[in-house]
Amino acid sequence: MTEKFDEATQKELTQFLLEEQKKERLQASVHSLTSACWDKCVTGSVSSRFARSEESCLVNCVGRFLDTSLHIVNRIESQRRAVAESSSNGLNA
Amino acid sequence: MHVERVADQNARKEHLMQQVRSDMALAGAQTLIEVLPNEKCFLKCITKPSTSLSAWEQGCLGHCMDRYMEAFNIVSRTYVQRLSQEAESMRGNSSSSSSL
Repeated sequence: MTEKFDEATQKELTQFLLEEQKKERLQASVHSLTSACWDKCVTGSVSSRFARSEESCLVNCVGRFLDTSLHIVNRIESQRRAVAESSSNGLNA
Repeated sequence: MHVERVADQNARKEHLMQQVRSDMALAGAQTLIEVLPNEKCFLKCITKPSTSLSAWEQGCLGHCMDRYMEAFNIVSRTYVQRLSQEAESMRGNSSSSSSL
């Protein structure tokens, strides 16, 4: 029967697991992004090396994917603000 | 007695951390070398399944898996670069730089 970890060790392990989860999420993002960008960029037959255009497509794919998420977040945020503003105007009138 | 217990606890802690790290590495490697390229490269290389893998198909699979790994590395590098750039700009041009 093993004893429980003391408090300091429990804290350390919690911190460790949070860090590992963060890495795991990053890995998962890279996996799904690789899959999506592969489908978009590697459309021809594969050979012993990437064509220059395929390589730059992959790099651009990651950049534009992140731009897209930022764009969507900003858009939703501005819509949310517009709704909040109009409802507070309604209350004032 | 007490010292022994502390040492034992440390050993169990290290063991647990090591277990988590290797499980994660294994899962990541499995995804990378089995699931994804298998799916992608099967689609790309085996366009008309016949009674066995042809030499051309086998060659294609080899190239495809190498290219998939390369794509993973390109995506990973670009993604991490961009994330740290965003983190940098969010900190308002602070001079410190961090990895991840």
